[in-house]
Amino acid sequence: MSRAWKFGENLNTDEIIPARFNLTIDPQELAKKVFCEIYPEFAPGVQPGDVVVADANFGCGSSREHAPVAIRGAGVKCVIAASFARIFFRNAINIGLPILECPEAAAGISDGDQVDVDLSKGIIYNRTRGTQFQAAPLPDFVLKIAEAGGLVNFLKEHDLEELSA
Amino acid sequence: MGTLVEEIFSRRLGREVRAGEIVLVDVDAIMSHDNTTPLAIKAFSEIGKPIRDTSKIVIHFDHAYPAPNQLAAENQQKIVKFIRQQGIDNFYHRGVCHQVMIEEGFIRPGGIVIGGDSHTVTYGALGCFATGLGSSEIGASWITGKTWFKVPETILVRLEGQAPAGVYSKDVMLALAGQLGMDGATYKSLEFAGSYIDNLPAHQRIVFSNMSVELGAKCGLIAPDQVTLDYLVNETKAQPPFEQFTAVNPVYERVITLDVSQLQPMVACHPDVDNVKPLSEVSGLEIDQVYLGTCTNARYEDLEIAAGILKGRQVSRFTRTLVTPASQTIYEKALANGLIQIFLDSGCTVNAPGCGACIGRHGGILAPAERAFTTMNRNFIGRMGSPEAEIYLGSPAAAAATAIEGRIADPRPYLV
Repeated sequence: MSRAWKFGENLNTDEIIPARFNLTIDPQELAKKVFCEIYPEFAPGVQPGDVVVADANFGCGSSREHAPVAIRGAGVKCVIAASFARIFFRNAINIGLPILECPEAAAGISDGDQVDVDLSKGIIYNRTRGTQFQAAPLPDFVLKIAEAGGLVNFLKEHDLEELSA
Repeated sequence: MGTLVEEIFSRRLGREVRAGEIVLVDVDAIMSHDNTTPLAIKAFSEIGKPIRDTSKIVIHFDHAYPAPNQLAAENQQKIVKFIRQQGIDNFYHRGVCHQVMIEEGFIRPGGIVIGGDSHTVTYGALGCFATGLGSSEIGASWITGKTWFKVPETILVRLEGQAPAGVYSKDVMLALAGQLGMDGATYKSLEFAGSYIDNLPAHQRIVFSNMSVELGAKCGLIAPDQVTLDYLVNETKAQPPFEQFTAVNPVYERVITLDVSQLQPMVACHPDVDNVKPLSEVSGLEIDQVYLGTCTNARYEDLEIAAGILKGRQVSRFTRTLVTPASQTIYEKALANGLIQIFLDSGCTVNAPGCGACIGRHGGILAPAERAFTTMNRNFIGRMGSPEAEIYLGSPAAAAATAIEGRIADPRPYLV
């Protein structure tokens, strides 16, 4: 089981990692500042395998890949949100940060709840409340990148054309 | 056939493409800057394959330029080394990347351009499909020369009528942001049309496309017309002939119509872009810093509007007023035509072209409890420095009036 860290809607990339900390690309360094202004307890308290849960439009704003890199660097297992901003969605898939889109889970999980996530099936269990949720499946095209562990890993072994095959 | 975005992809692929389809396309240019290039180089190096066509790669230094600290300097040093090693010709430090992309001729109607920056959508105003991607995809597309897209559904924004004096495209776009909300167009193409757009000069059209990402959009398109072609010929290095096209029998997901003749100057208030109010509701609020800059509103005509208001006047003693032309080209023209002298005479500080203050890097960082009025596109918490500072967004005219009064002020009394 892991702890859920709950965030609100329209959480932007400046709130995930302010631009002034983006001069490094080191995931561990970025992780020290992740959510530092809106949830200062997050970085010191997060444990490997914890889950970030948020309301609609998670990751809106800039295209900075530092945002998903910082979250993954903190050891977060996956991000569950009611919806994602498009660049963040793409970036998360590309760098191998698992994401699940599930408005019901976003509404049904509170900060500090204990959750389990079955990433392969997209099932989210809220152990604190005894509820479970089914996330939307990823499109096949995107799933191929996610399953390779991200775009870099995918392209080491494959050509981009294989995505549409 | 179809919406503008369907038309662009159909032309590129030589077959009819519809919203919902996933397509793999060649891109015309791959843009990145000093903030997003380091992670792109990392991804590129890890994939370990060669660059397909260096002429498509365009790298800008603008986010922290000139380097405000040693870490930024070292980043830029690494990027320069990469540019030299790979023989990349398109390397610029002439101002904000999006303005320079347009000026240097990389943007054409019917084009497909990707950039490691969310405001890459700016180029849609010239009929070019353009969108922001993360660094890994930038590095990957250096190798593949292409990328994939899900062709988006389109929301048509029909803007009709003539805007009253003192109401600019920024005010109209803010009104729209207030109406649609920050996720009102997520994953969608926004298409801007109507009599207001038809009669609008290109530099003001750019504001709509630039800010379309603030509503979550994948792109913000305007059909290329004579205004577009004249702008490309007169203001950019792009070489004709240019494609001209419109939406043909388009099917829109939604149509939103706005009568701009009823609008007044608008302000996006702390802390969200969609927290939009008529300026009159927040006028009088004390302002510590005015910032006239960024890819949204620091083009020559924006500076001209502000200078027209500031001429012969002084900015308020306790309101730092920063003017940052979007590019060197704009700076030169503003210098030649006396605008820079007007800014200096009125007590403004003129900065080198770049993005610094907009992202809280340098050249205008806010202290806790300070309040800024800017021509930017975002007012996120902590964007310009302290998370306890507040940012308000408005037009260049409103920024100039606010600078003079030291409080949020209506520009209209200054326009007579």
